[in-house]
Amino acid sequence: MTTLYTSDHEWLRIEGDVATIGITDYAQSQLGDVVFVELPKVGRSLKKAEAAAVVESVKAASDVYAPITGEVIEVNEDLAAEPALVNSDAGGKAWFFKLRIADKSELGGLMDEAAYAAHTA
Amino acid sequence: MRAHENSPLKQTPLHALHLARGAKMVPFAGYDMPVQYTAGVLKEHLHTRKDAGLFDVSHMGQLVLKAKSGKVGDAALALEKLVPQDIVGIAPGRQRYAQFTNNDGGLLDDLMVANFGDHLFLVVNAACKEEDEAHLRANLSDACEIVSLADRALIALQGPKAESALAKLCADVSSMKFMDAGPRRVADIDCFVSRSGYTGEDGFEISVPADKAEALVTALLDNPDVLPIGLGARDSLRLEAGLCLYGHDIDTTTTPVEGALEWSVQKVRRNSGARAGGFPGADKILAQFADGAARRRVGLRPDGRAPVREGAPLFADATSAEPIGKVTSGGFGPSLNAPVAMGYLPTALSAVGTTVFAEVRGQRLPLKVAATPFVPNTYKR
Repeated sequence: MTTLYTSDHEWLRIEGDVATIGITDYAQSQLGDVVFVELPKVGRSLKKAEAAAVVESVKAASDVYAPITGEVIEVNEDLAAEPALVNSDAGGKAWFFKLRIADKSELGGLMDEAAYAAHTA
Repeated sequence: MRAHENSPLKQTPLHALHLARGAKMVPFAGYDMPVQYTAGVLKEHLHTRKDAGLFDVSHMGQLVLKAKSGKVGDAALALEKLVPQDIVGIAPGRQRYAQFTNNDGGLLDDLMVANFGDHLFLVVNAACKEEDEAHLRANLSDACEIVSLADRALIALQGPKAESALAKLCADVSSMKFMDAGPRRVADIDCFVSRSGYTGEDGFEISVPADKAEALVTALLDNPDVLPIGLGARDSLRLEAGLCLYGHDIDTTTTPVEGALEWSVQKVRRNSGARAGGFPGADKILAQFADGAARRRVGLRPDGRAPVREGAPLFADATSAEPIGKVTSGGFGPSLNAPVAMGYLPTALSAVGTTVFAEVRGQRLPLKVAATPFVPNTYKR
């Protein structure tokens, strides 16, 4: 299992041909208290860089972009009931959606943990 | 509104204190202002409703209007040339909400006017303060002296424990009622105190000399009931209280009637009042008092949990192509644990309970017209 990161502060956990995607702890700390999360529909095909989800704090709405191309195979329904999970466990329980990876070569453009740590330093 | 983006940001006398308290700073109306502290918007909002919050609003404009005759009544009569409110009727030691109107009946700014006995004390919005001062000078200089109090800070202390917190520094405040205003000694500092604010809570606004502001704020923050609150929670608090934000919910294109601010225009300035009219745009505004206006500001409650934000177009139903209005303020109300908004609708669709639709990210979301304030206010009347 590998965890990769985007410059837009998303994380991807890669297991076989499935990527689980969420936003980083750094991202949630910048957003502040999350009050609403809108997730993509299961079965939707997302292109890399397409707006896939929306996370709203008290003050503002932010898009979450698909970091890679793929089909949505599962979304985290817990976030609808408890958006504050994004603040309390961004890297774990507050995953957003799972994609079936269309093109593994797209993973090559993403950062590993050390590179992401340098990116946010 | 004035574009300040190209000039360097100004700082309030409390800037260093904000940084020391871990504030996240943002540009606002030309000032570097705290949007939140380490607690975050949600906790700051809820703390203000439960205990007490302290806000730095020193970016706002503070002005003195003094009649050359020396009579406060002459200053009041002069100001009535620029606002549709009854200023003459503000008793000494009292304050009233007002608006500067333009010749089309639109609003140049909204403001507070207090009668300090021998002069009027005005508090105006930060983004409009230079224009407001110029407007006063251009129109009232023959009868009045206009003094900008740029050397004073302004803080707001809001919430159910505001009175007990301020009473430790000024015994006199407990006897004040909502909209009482005047000079008071607070922590041995010469201040102007009004029992008012912008959160829907009981509370006070305190004008303090700039060089004493940090000492006063530090004394207030020594009380564990009082937390510093940023502009983020100030916005969510005022939105839940149904209070207008100038430049968003009201502006030069909205009249007091369209803005649902009829309550703020006293009968004496309306048709058949003793001092009816006589302010810019009076023809249009008084005609709207008689005949109604085509559109009206309303409170809106989205059905779901998704916030509907400023700028979202409003539609009569789920499919129609033509918008009928738009959202002017919207977000999440932490005390309601639900989204809240305000916007303009055709008057025929402005009744409480009417369902309309907002377009958000290509989807039509239902909202209901709702009474404001969304959260009941707790003013000490």
